[in-house]
Amino acid sequence: MDAITVKNLTKKFDDLIAVNDISFTVKEGEIFGLLGPNGAGKTTIIKMLATMLKKTSGVARVLDWDVGKNPDEVRRSIGIVFQDPSLDDQLTGKENLDFHARMYGVRKKIRKERIEQVLNLVDLFGKKDILVNNYSGGMRRRLEIARGLMHYPRVLFLDEPTLGLDTQTRRAIWEHIIKLNHEEKITVILTTHYMDEADFLCNRVAIIDEGKILVVESPENLKNMMGEDIISIGVSDGEAFSKKLSSLNWIQGVSHGDGIINLSVKRGEEKIPLLINFAQKENLAVQFVSLHKPTLEDVFIDFTGRNIREENGSTKTLIRDMIRARTRK
Amino acid sequence: MFKNFKCEVVYNLWLREMKRFVRAKSRLVANIAQPFFWLAIMGMGFGSTMKFRELPPGVDYLNFLVPGIMGMTLLFSSMFAGLSVLWDRQFGFLKEILVAPVSRLSIIGGMIAGSVTTGLIQANLILLIGLFFGFRISHPAALIPAMIIMMLIAVSFTAMGIAFASKMEDMHGFQLIMNFVIMPIFFLSGALFPLEGLPSWLSFLARLNPLTYGVDGLRALLLGLSHFSIQLDFSILILFCLAMLGLGTYLFKNCEL
Repeated sequence: MDAITVKNLTKKFDDLIAVNDISFTVKEGEIFGLLGPNGAGKTTIIKMLATMLKKTSGVARVLDWDVGKNPDEVRRSIGIVFQDPSLDDQLTGKENLDFHARMYGVRKKIRKERIEQVLNLVDLFGKKDILVNNYSGGMRRRLEIARGLMHYPRVLFLDEPTLGLDTQTRRAIWEHIIKLNHEEKITVILTTHYMDEADFLCNRVAIIDEGKILVVESPENLKNMMGEDIISIGVSDGEAFSKKLSSLNWIQGVSHGDGIINLSVKRGEEKIPLLINFAQKENLAVQFVSLHKPTLEDVFIDFTGRNIREENGSTKTLIRDMIRARTRK
Repeated sequence: MFKNFKCEVVYNLWLREMKRFVRAKSRLVANIAQPFFWLAIMGMGFGSTMKFRELPPGVDYLNFLVPGIMGMTLLFSSMFAGLSVLWDRQFGFLKEILVAPVSRLSIIGGMIAGSVTTGLIQANLILLIGLFFGFRISHPAALIPAMIIMMLIAVSFTAMGIAFASKMEDMHGFQLIMNFVIMPIFFLSGALFPLEGLPSWLSFLARLNPLTYGVDGLRALLLGLSHFSIQLDFSILILFCLAMLGLGTYLFKNCEL
């Protein structure tokens, strides 16, 4: 059985089509990512799957429950961590979990034990009796994740789990997500606009833009689809060097400018020593070398035709585009 | 309609309200301070300087004021408790409540249970303070029906607060409700002055005001002094309470996240 089945799902707000005829399935036990810029429709998809928003048309099923026809069954079998905070900060961490457990009808005997379990899972057991008011942002996030697990859901939705958190905290939360996926054997569906997050966590990623799914694949396959690595190299006499490079048949494309020579190759890390040896034989001094392997970000740009955050256009992708343009001639 | 009503859920929300109530010491102080000032300053001030010609001999103004201020305490604390749905919306906790697989009817039941408990505690604290100032209860047994009146007031205005909160997107409307709903209800309830001998327009507005019957009922039971019959007070309060419960439940059921 699939954890989630979505077929031709559409959501319209008046004239705006937020989710446009999407289809995908999530297998049980997977960590599945919805990757896209802000406003792409990720949260709308999550909300429809969590029965918080009515779909306009199409089919959405969670563990074989239809979200429209059996909303209570769906709610009981899922855990949700919202994008915005949703804790009562006048209660302690433990009390927040207890409140949740009672709302979901977790029996008294199990409740205490379960609270301990989920608190340990996110390393908050020692802080359980502190008011949430005094928790840091990362602790709150972890508590929300723990709360989402309280009622033994089989699917956990995480909407932008690390939004606004610092690097160490993000790392810690990623570790927790992977741990709970293993230990609880729970299916995780997360939305994110962080490439590294999707890359690190997800077994498969759906790239979403403007309400449409552009591709669903594993991060590995996506990156492989992008093809070659890029080596940027600087040598004392760039002109001479780049002419001589044509004798090396493993180089698939060359471009140069500003004293940098960019080569597109396969398995870049193995080619760097070869290049340095080659340059030394020609009596040219190597000034610098760098290797760029395709990232999910490159994949994203390739599919959407734009950067996820326009202001952060990476120069490496520009180089890649230059090389592509040249080698295609 | 009642098949989804779950007592565990009611208890859970009630428990949360109690924990918050006990912890927010400053809230309790603030909630008690205002009625206390009304009693101490207005009660003493007006009581010792003015003679209310409509008050029967032997009833001084402070005695008259105590049931009125209890009504005011119930009005304020219940309306705020109902409107606290807005705070929960603001801080996101409403999502946690509404996404749970429980009926909204149980949720509203829990909110009201919490609000009634805290409202009764505060109103009785005011009664205690009143006793300290020299208020005498006409008959101890009258406390039981008086409690019922207090509960009716608390349930009605909590439901009204929830109804308002369900229709409001954010906190901006709060001042509006404070100025154009809560304050007029308080001033027009006969909490501060006798209803006898009022200009006809004022008397008319006071009679439209449901809290008038609450205050009058409390006064009848605790002080043995009333404008309407106790039967009328009870009947109108019960009708108003049912109407508000219906309205609050309807609007809360249909409110969006």
